[in-house]
Amino acid sequence: MLYVVIAFLWTSIWFYLLFGGADFGAGILELFTTERNKSRTRRTMYRAIGPIWEANHMWLIIAIVILFVGFPLIYSTMSVYLHIPLVIMLLGIIARGTAFAFRHYDAVVDDMQVVYNRIFVWSSFITPLFLGIIGASAVAGRIDTNAHSFVQAYIFSWLDWFTVAVGFFTVAICAFLAAVFLIGEANNEKDRIRFINKTRSSNIIAIVFGGLVFVAAQFEHIPLVTWVFGNPVGIIAIIAASLSLIVLWYLLHKGRTKILRLLAGFQVTMILLTVTYEHFPKIVLFKDGTYLSLIEHHGEHKTILALGWALLIGSVFILPALFYLMYSFKKPKTENS
Amino acid sequence: MNDFIAARSQMALSLGFHIIFSCIGMVMPFFMAVSHFYWLKTGNVLYKNVTKAWSKGVAIFFATGAVSGTVLSFELGLLWPEFMKHAGPIFGMPFSLEGTAFFIEAIALGFYLYGWNRFNKWFHWFTGVVVGVSGLLSGILVVAANAWMNNPKGFDFVNGKFSNIDPIKAMFNDAWFSQALHMCIAAFVATGFAVAGVHAFMILRKQNVLFHSKAFRIAAVFACVAALLQPLSGDISAKNVAKLQPSKLAAMEAVFHTEKGAPLIIGGIPNEQTQTVNDAIRLPKLLSYLAYGDLNATVKGLDSLPADERPPVSITHFSFQFMVALGMFLVLIAVLYFIIILKKRSWQEKRWLLKLFIIATPMGFLAVEAGWTVTEVGRQPWIIYGVMKTADAVTPMPGIVYSFYIFTCVYISLALIVIFMLYRQIKMVGQLYDIPQQENIA
Ligand code: HDD
Ligand code: HEM
Ligand code: HEM
Repeated sequence: MLYVVIAFLWTSIWFYLLFGGADFGAGILELFTTERNKSRTRRTMYRAIGPIWEANHMWLIIAIVILFVGFPLIYSTMSVYLHIPLVIMLLGIIARGTAFAFRHYDAVVDDMQVVYNRIFVWSSFITPLFLGIIGASAVAGRIDTNAHSFVQAYIFSWLDWFTVAVGFFTVAICAFLAAVFLIGEANNEKDRIRFINKTRSSNIIAIVFGGLVFVAAQFEHIPLVTWVFGNPVGIIAIIAASLSLIVLWYLLHKGRTKILRLLAGFQVTMILLTVTYEHFPKIVLFKDGTYLSLIEHHGEHKTILALGWALLIGSVFILPALFYLMYSFKKPKTENS
Repeated sequence: MNDFIAARSQMALSLGFHIIFSCIGMVMPFFMAVSHFYWLKTGNVLYKNVTKAWSKGVAIFFATGAVSGTVLSFELGLLWPEFMKHAGPIFGMPFSLEGTAFFIEAIALGFYLYGWNRFNKWFHWFTGVVVGVSGLLSGILVVAANAWMNNPKGFDFVNGKFSNIDPIKAMFNDAWFSQALHMCIAAFVATGFAVAGVHAFMILRKQNVLFHSKAFRIAAVFACVAALLQPLSGDISAKNVAKLQPSKLAAMEAVFHTEKGAPLIIGGIPNEQTQTVNDAIRLPKLLSYLAYGDLNATVKGLDSLPADERPPVSITHFSFQFMVALGMFLVLIAVLYFIIILKKRSWQEKRWLLKLFIIATPMGFLAVEAGWTVTEVGRQPWIIYGVMKTADAVTPMPGIVYSFYIFTCVYISLALIVIFMLYRQIKMVGQLYDIPQQENIA
């Protein structure tokens, strides 16, 4: 049952990265869109994510609940040492979620919209940035449980070149996912071209940041190269991702939006697979070389059993309903002008 | 303010904020479903307008409730890591089931809000009902988690170690039923009176009277039925507290000294120094009767506890009295309302009745906040009753004070924006829904 629980944990992180990521990305794209096109990007986005955006963010909750029920030591350790980035991420989530709802449902359309928009786009940027930082800090081996000063324990546990680079890489990935996704949602040729160009630029930026992550890792003496290329799974995943990227660029103009989405999703999946595979089951690495592991540091057997069943039964209800929701709102491509 | 107090205040603030949104998220879908049902049955477009207007409000509240809930699930760890390290696996069961309930709620809400004219109309209606049912379910589950903190079950605690964990037993602790029942009714009371009050106000202002009357009726009936049930369920709660948490009962009722045939103290100012209650009305033997069903039962006082295990008396006592007073006032309104309806009088012409409802607008929510203060402060100094002290659970990170200030600012601004948005929704009713003023009530 432990492996079932771990699989659910991984899946919810994965889905959050894909769906939540595309959702953040839409806001990031808006941030980097010229004034003239902003409202069009926005309208496309509403149509695309309106009905499912609540559900997209539930994956984060599921991951957190799995952590604190099943792996309490991991949850509480991260909460203590990564308190500050977690709080910043939370503020981002608050700002973004409410700004989205407010600008969507406000009865009056006036200058307040500008305020909501500004909050929305900036928090769309900040939140994944810190999500990336948090994820990277868990494995960067900077968390110092023996630290004596505030700065050592609560700042340098998460702040260095590597984690920041990963943060920006995450932001770029989100933007990339959103751009690919929106190609299929555009309802006129001009928008479509715009999103194709955005896909290109965000992809290039993601690759550049990916490179910077390696540079930063080198600089911080983190053996990222061995992590990624030190095992066959990592190598195969990276090769597969690169090949699919070539296919994606080739198909960009061909209008095969479904395949494009699958390819983009595939690449992100491969990246997540690579970084998690090498570490599994270690999820938090400490400065003194000790670690917390999903296999060794879990809750009692009975808890894991109950949690596993709760997740399995829950998914019987959730997954069909979720797919039906996505399907229903994809189906009629009306408003084709 | 030290970090410990800051952490507690931040927790209280976040929960106090979240609870408002979750009550609305639990109850409004039912109001919507009723109104929607009338629209499907009668074809009266007013009901459709009411449903749509409410669903916009619900969307705003849902989003705010969802983010504040997300914050809470992190805050449990950010503020109380030591607590979560041990409690997580024990009381986590309801939380993991709750995850499912939330998910279904979010999915159903997607169907409901965006599904007008898209699906079979009864399927669409049904998704609205699902939103309500899963909201209620998640409320019950999360309260079961809180009840475990009051009545920790499902583990052995030997030499400071938790072992032999049974999450199912922990979930069905002895406090969950009375707390969940009382909470669910409270959500209906609070939301019902808040909604009814707003519509009553618009009726008195003579704006879109037909529209607001329909809305008022639905909310008021729910609110009044729930208000009548609430004291009954409160009595069950009180008896349960007397059994499970004598220290909380003592603080609620300001019983300083253990007493046989204890009087019920109404009002009064507890003085923790002299251990007396001044200026109170005392109804002889009533407390013994209410708590244990026996006029001569012994009620344990705070003096039966070591000094470092006594909860704060004044806050708990005042909050409890405040909740009960509000509850009684709402019962009075409910009785008046039902008398008028049963006598088939036109309530719309009774301006004083509408005014009473306007006065009652915030009262349900005030009672909810007061009630939670009783539950949480009355449990102090324990975070897990009798097992772990709150002070031992707090995060080691210094500087929580600043985090508290930041969150206070955030929550205040959010509250202001939500009020502002609702004000705009209500103001726009006339234009948005193009209400035919002359339309007959179908
Ligand atoms: C609309 C709100 C509302 C109203 C009118 C009342 N209550 Fe209440 N009360 C709550 C809302 C609430 C609450 C916020 O929902 C609490 C907090 C925890 C809980 O389970 O319910 C609560 C807690 C609570 C507790 C503590 C339970 C515990 O710690 O386990 C008791 C003893 C009562 N209530 C008793 C009453 C009585 C005798 C009332 C008589 C009118 C009453 N309440 C009205
Ligand atoms: C499952 C539900 C809940 C859980 C797990 C929970 C947990 C906690 C925790 C961990 C604390 C800090 C420790 C303490 O001071 O006792 C706390 C305090 C508090 N909570 Fe709850 N709580 C829950 C429900 C609520 C709700 C709904 C409210 C609503 C308003 C609330 C109000 C408070 C207050 C006022 C405090 C501060 C107590 C004090 O200052 O002494 N709680 N709660
Ligand atoms: C420690 C305490 C609590 C935690 C950790 C918590 C967690 C959450 C989370 C994560 C959400 C967002 C889910 C979504 O997107 O729908 C949420 C929403 C919700 N919570 Fe809480 N919650 C707590 C206390 C409570 C209490 C005491 C109640 C009710 C009695 C409650 C009832 C709800 C409801 C009904 C929603 C749905 C949101 C809506 O419809 O507006 N929660 N909560």
